[in-house]
Amino acid sequence: MSFDRRQFLKITGLSALAALGLKGGFELLAPGKVDAEPPLTKGKRWAMVVDMRNITPEIMDKCKQACNEVHNIPNWGDPRVEVKWIWAEVYEHAFPDRLHDYDAESLRGKEFLVLCNHCSNPPCCRVCPTGSTWQRADGIVMMDWHRCIGCRFCMAACPYGARSFNWGDPRKAPKELNPNFPTNPEFPTREVGVVEKCTFCSERLAKGELPACVEAANKMKKDVLIFGDLADPDSNVRKALRKHYTIRRKPELGTKPNIYYII
Amino acid sequence: MLDRALKGGKGYWSWIVFLLFVIGVGFVTFLYQDRMGPIVTGLGRDVSWGLYIGQYAYFVGIAAGAVMVIMPLYLHNYKAFARISVLADFLGVAAIIMVGLFVFVDLGKVTRILNIAIFGQPKSILFWNMIILNGYMILCLLIGWNVLSAERKGLPHPKWVTFLIYLSIPWAFSIHTSTAFVFAGLPGRHFWLSAIMAPRFLSSAFCSGPAFLFITCMIMKKVSSFDPGDEQMKTLGGIIAYAFIINTFFFMVELFTAFYSSIPQAMDPFIYLFTGLHGHGGFVPWMWTYVFFTICALILLIIPSTRRNLETLTVACGAVLISTWIDKGLSMVPGGFIPDPFGKVFEYSPTAIEIIITIGIYAAGFFVITVLFKTAISIKKEIA
Repeated sequence: MSFDRRQFLKITGLSALAALGLKGGFELLAPGKVDAEPPLTKGKRWAMVVDMRNITPEIMDKCKQACNEVHNIPNWGDPRVEVKWIWAEVYEHAFPDRLHDYDAESLRGKEFLVLCNHCSNPPCCRVCPTGSTWQRADGIVMMDWHRCIGCRFCMAACPYGARSFNWGDPRKAPKELNPNFPTNPEFPTREVGVVEKCTFCSERLAKGELPACVEAANKMKKDVLIFGDLADPDSNVRKALRKHYTIRRKPELGTKPNIYYII
Repeated sequence: MLDRALKGGKGYWSWIVFLLFVIGVGFVTFLYQDRMGPIVTGLGRDVSWGLYIGQYAYFVGIAAGAVMVIMPLYLHNYKAFARISVLADFLGVAAIIMVGLFVFVDLGKVTRILNIAIFGQPKSILFWNMIILNGYMILCLLIGWNVLSAERKGLPHPKWVTFLIYLSIPWAFSIHTSTAFVFAGLPGRHFWLSAIMAPRFLSSAFCSGPAFLFITCMIMKKVSSFDPGDEQMKTLGGIIAYAFIINTFFFMVELFTAFYSSIPQAMDPFIYLFTGLHGHGGFVPWMWTYVFFTICALILLIIPSTRRNLETLTVACGAVLISTWIDKGLSMVPGGFIPDPFGKVFEYSPTAIEIIITIGIYAAGFFVITVLFKTAISIKKEIA
């Protein structure tokens, strides 16, 4: 009888839950409120479409805030060692190779929401010497914070600057900037010396919930962040991509990024 | 044989004690870095590798350079190099130990270092690099040790050592090729994304390695009765001259491709390094120092009379070491990260902690060199 890692984790996890008491175990394992459409636990190729026509800096702020809180992302108050999973970057920086001297005024200085592109051909996963970052069958580029040795090869490989390193212990980040840290006791905090990044909220998807940023955006305005399954021709993302002209960051590098921007 | 390293004069022991002291200071500083986290380095999310990884690349080059002694001796039967071949092998051992230490201090989670072996991913260049570098160190140690003990007994070294020697020649090329591939295969890092990266690494290795050996030989000639031989040193000078000229040529080729094509991403790192970009120019003085020493070295190496004079050749070798060190050990790594993927310039300069740890590792390397060279020289003296 052989186990792969997933099975092993499942079984050890279940045993641990059993030890904690059956009631608690059932509560944790119970499926969340799953909408009939889209089935968030069963996607084959997750992607996101950002509707830049309707998103506002306020919505982006909320997205970022939601992500930071859900994932216990510390605020170091120093751009050098910042940890960020999703943030806003002006057009000139998000698309440095698309610029020309006569760009539409509406584009220059406009903030774009950027995050891990969950590339279909991710260079970060290719270079990782320990398999600490890998791609799931549904396309999500994952991180194992317990295996990462902190070599930062993935950070050199990512052409989107989407990966963050824990230069310091997140629990020792300045208290005045992080009064309630850790903000989400359900989610682990990281140790010093490992790389981390957006995981499309794999922990929420597993419960049938939308990624935190999408949920936060939806509360303010529907459909500015569209999250769905590219493999399904009738999915929300495929409909949006069929209907609108979209751009991606640095597609010429062959990484096949999966964050699309309607401009 | 190693007991020879325990017998030495006052000068020898003061040097050993000095090195141990510097190693100790470096080690304590490393403990501090490990306790506080890498936040105490000058690295950050934009320039995420720096001085340590630069030294890693540089000393892989020094190690690979040893092959420039092994190859003439065993492939071209240039017997004169038999006198220094063991030293070249031992230099390889010391350099790889430094390389390992530089990777070690750069890791975020040093306690998990064995994960590279446990969970090794064949698609990762770093995984192969780890195997190749360790293999090379073992090869150099086995070869150096066995050739030396055979010399001591006045016998030819065993056949299996000859096999290892032949194996070590392509292996030396592979250590630096795989090190270049760590950098050269990353989309979006235009400064590194160049097919000539591996050839450039090799050419720089084949001048800096022999130059390093040359200078250590000259020092030993001063402090011990060991004579590396004038002919040997002059031949090394010739090898260094060829490799350094090729290395400079390869660099010019990079400049041509970047600037004639005029692709901004290809030009920007060079512009940043040599003239500064967006008002940031921390590397500018270093790069012009590099240009100065490159020109000095070229002049001294090309003119036959200065190349054949051991004193001017020593100066040339010093210039070669400075030039290749700035090129590969200092600017090569940050050049790949500046400008960052957003086209922004975030500068990097190492902190005192990084510098002290780096010097500590240098001292560890010199310690290994001292002990191994002392052993080799004592034995060579006994049989002479």
